[in-house]
Amino acid sequence: MTCRIKIAVQHDDFDLAAEEAELCIGDHGVGATASFVGRVRGDGDNVTDPLLALELEHYPGMTENTLTALAEQAADRWPLSGVTVIHRVGRLIPGERIVLVLTASAHRQAALTACEFLIDALKTDAPFWKCEERAHGKHWVEAKTSDANVRARWGEHG
Amino acid sequence: MSTLHLRYFARLREQFGLDAEPLGIPAVPYTVADVIELLIARGGVWAEELGGPRVFRVAVDQEMASPETLVHDGAEVAIFPPVTGG
Repeated sequence: MTCRIKIAVQHDDFDLAAEEAELCIGDHGVGATASFVGRVRGDGDNVTDPLLALELEHYPGMTENTLTALAEQAADRWPLSGVTVIHRVGRLIPGERIVLVLTASAHRQAALTACEFLIDALKTDAPFWKCEERAHGKHWVEAKTSDANVRARWGEHG
Repeated sequence: MSTLHLRYFARLREQFGLDAEPLGIPAVPYTVADVIELLIARGGVWAEELGGPRVFRVAVDQEMASPETLVHDGAEVAIFPPVTGG
């Protein structure tokens, strides 16, 4: 099955509805789409030094190649007709969208499972780095062991 | 003599105070581990970040690499902290 793959790394926001429609244009075999949207999580009001913004850095070239490779792995593993991954970079404030993973398939199970695989794998494999900006200074977010454990469930090569 | 194109990202870019530099290496079989040793020998923040317990990753020509990965003349060798996207 051929799978449409769209990868974008950009500062601009994305439109979930428009991306979902685009992934299905002219393909009436799509019976299900699944999406994941990640947002910048704020700290709420009860924190002395709340998060002001996240600055996202990436490795131009390698980041796009890694995302494409992950989308191709997903398409090999599940019967997908389309995959879209959009990741924002630059300075983003709490509440803003960061990442979109969108999958299309004839049936829901493949769409849902592949979407979950892609966001888990993106978190540990794609070269992005978050730097937190707070009133008291900036610091780089440390990678979480829990993310690596979740990634390991899917196996070494997806 | 061969030349590598080194690149640094995120915390390491800030700690080292540069995002890229050329690095001359002997024209013999040379691994990622050899490159790291060369950088650690600079001492200071280089030894601190690459020679201690801090975890870092290396990519050669934009593919994830291991200490045994061979580098070649003109290779792009990127060193960065574990990734935190998504």
